[in-house]
Amino acid sequence: MIEFLKRLFNPEPSSVTARERLRLVLLSDHLALAPDVVESLKSDLIAVISKYVDVDADHCDVTFEQQESVVAMLANIPILGMKPTARAPRPAPPPEPPPIADPSPASASVSVSKSRRRRRRKASVNAAPAPG
Amino acid sequence: MHELREDPVPAAPPEGQRRGRCIVVTSGKGGVGKTTTTANVGVALASTGARVVLVDADVGLRNLDIVLGLEARVRHHVLDVLEGNAELDDALVSDKRVPTLKLLAASQTREKDDVDTAAFKGLIDKLRERFDYVLIDCPAGIEMGFQNAIVGADEAIIVCTPEVSAVRDADRVVGLLGERVTVKLIVNRLRPALVKRGKMLSVDDVNAILRLPLLGVVAEEPGVIVSTNKGEPIALDAASPTGEAYRKIAGRIVGTDTSTPEIPREASFFGKLFGGQR
Amino acid sequence: MSARRIVVTSGKGGVGKTTTTANLGAALALRGKRVVLVDADIGLRNLDLVLGLEKRIVFDIVEVVEGRCQLRQALIKDKRFGESLSILPAAQTRDKTAVTENQFAKVIDDLAEMCDYAIIDCPAGIEHGFRNAVAGAREAIVVTTPEVSAIRDADRVIGKLNERGLPMRLIINRIRPDMVRSGDMLSVDDVCEILSAELLGIVPDDEDVIDTTNRGEPIALKTDSRLAGIYEKIARRLEGDIVPFTDLSAPTFLSRLLGRKAG
Repeated sequence: MIEFLKRLFNPEPSSVTARERLRLVLLSDHLALAPDVVESLKSDLIAVISKYVDVDADHCDVTFEQQESVVAMLANIPILGMKPTARAPRPAPPPEPPPIADPSPASASVSVSKSRRRRRRKASVNAAPAPG
Repeated sequence: MHELREDPVPAAPPEGQRRGRCIVVTSGKGGVGKTTTTANVGVALASTGARVVLVDADVGLRNLDIVLGLEARVRHHVLDVLEGNAELDDALVSDKRVPTLKLLAASQTREKDDVDTAAFKGLIDKLRERFDYVLIDCPAGIEMGFQNAIVGADEAIIVCTPEVSAVRDADRVVGLLGERVTVKLIVNRLRPALVKRGKMLSVDDVNAILRLPLLGVVAEEPGVIVSTNKGEPIALDAASPTGEAYRKIAGRIVGTDTSTPEIPREASFFGKLFGGQR
Repeated sequence: MSARRIVVTSGKGGVGKTTTTANLGAALALRGKRVVLVDADIGLRNLDLVLGLEKRIVFDIVEVVEGRCQLRQALIKDKRFGESLSILPAAQTRDKTAVTENQFAKVIDDLAEMCDYAIIDCPAGIEHGFRNAVAGAREAIVVTTPEVSAIRDADRVIGKLNERGLPMRLIINRIRPDMVRSGDMLSVDDVCEILSAELLGIVPDDEDVIDTTNRGEPIALKTDSRLAGIYEKIARRLEGDIVPFTDLSAPTFLSRLLGRKAG
């Protein structure tokens, strides 16, 4: 509701929308990926991570950012808690872990960069700093 | 073939097949508003309930998807269909805002020379059996992309701005279209204040040279840039005078509006002071 | 000494390639450089019209290529600039395939022996005409406007220029500072960032362009227009001077009241 009111009274300037749309469309132009492939990439990424940890699917944010000469994919995926299976390798698993009630959850951040031009198609992987 | 087409009372289409109208939107000069016109006329036509497909013929420099705000939903494109890599139905993108509107996008990573002209015409003919209107967004220039875009059309909308180079290019394109195609004119981005001060050609000036039936006149409006930024065609905006201009153009195409196109006039001083900038 | 060979291109049409070519050429000529402007838009020529030279065309580039006239005979001198500025017109009744890339490059090579700057006005699109226009060039100026479709096309063209190893710089045309301020138009920084390109010039939207084009007078000659100064600055940057960019962000009260774009 607050989100709605905010939108009603302070709509996003169209130049901001234009910037975001261009980023996405140019990324797919450069990668020769259809935009819907980019969309499925996002959801797959979230799905993979949620195999190991409980993520806040409503607040996942995957964006693409121009960083000098590369397009970087930045994923901000809030983690609500660990999945029991993720602890399986431990020899003696403790009983059920207490639910994490921390309102400011940890966050996984993945950053993958793709060379801007296809002729320099050498993907580099940036190690992302662990936030929080 | 010719006798068939010129028959004033066409024979009933076999097996419920129809033959929709195919209109190419062209100009010669780029940047005069072909894509904006295609998108908005398409939206306005489809809003009347007509089945409309918009075809982007600008292979390599496609933009119709972005103007319509459908860029994230394009899965396949014209060349995929022509080369048998996708079914036509899978390549048609629906527009949720206007259910009877579809988009067939151009390929962005290919060249115009990759398009087989005869196959493209075949595709257009197929679309005409399924839609009431096939609108083709032609690329700028008069090269291969232009030749492909006009091959399946028997009507053309020339988009021209009131500028000397646009008028000259439009005149050249009318010549290239030849007798086969029925040509009508939209004068785009008219700035009435400049016309009044003698700094811009008037609609009459433009049409004294082109001598074409006038389909409509659209005034320059910053709202068009905003609508492109957002991917929301201005014809969807019920309150916009520019949107209204496109709806009237659609009415004239359908034949429900027989009024003479209005020439936009200069906004009043107070209008300018309070409502001029968006 | 051989001339600089610069192609002015954009992908999208109607963003101001021809206007930029004409006015940049005029500004360089006013600075005493010998400039030849080449119209590569065979079939849809307009450079002659923008400069008001359309009545003086005798020969065109296709006739030069086909050996039906000498290169010098086809050049039209713009007398307002003394000996400094001339154009090589495109053919109007032929199509772009009438000239090959090699033939085009040869013409530019020959021109380069006669002048300081050969500036090529590229047609819209990325077809044959584009390939011809870039064939003879050693550097490129990409013109764009702050609109999504123009930027997407510019991006595509920059990719093509990169493939050919042509260095490029960007001119952002028809900026409307009032719309940038209200958030309705992408800013100069937005465009440069999206295209990751080096900036050569920023040209505000100005109705004087339509007016001067109607008359066939380059705006660079109209000293009372703010655009004359802007093209002069771009010319100086091209020559290697470091010239600060005009601040388009400061509106005057009056311009705001009247809804005019500030310079």
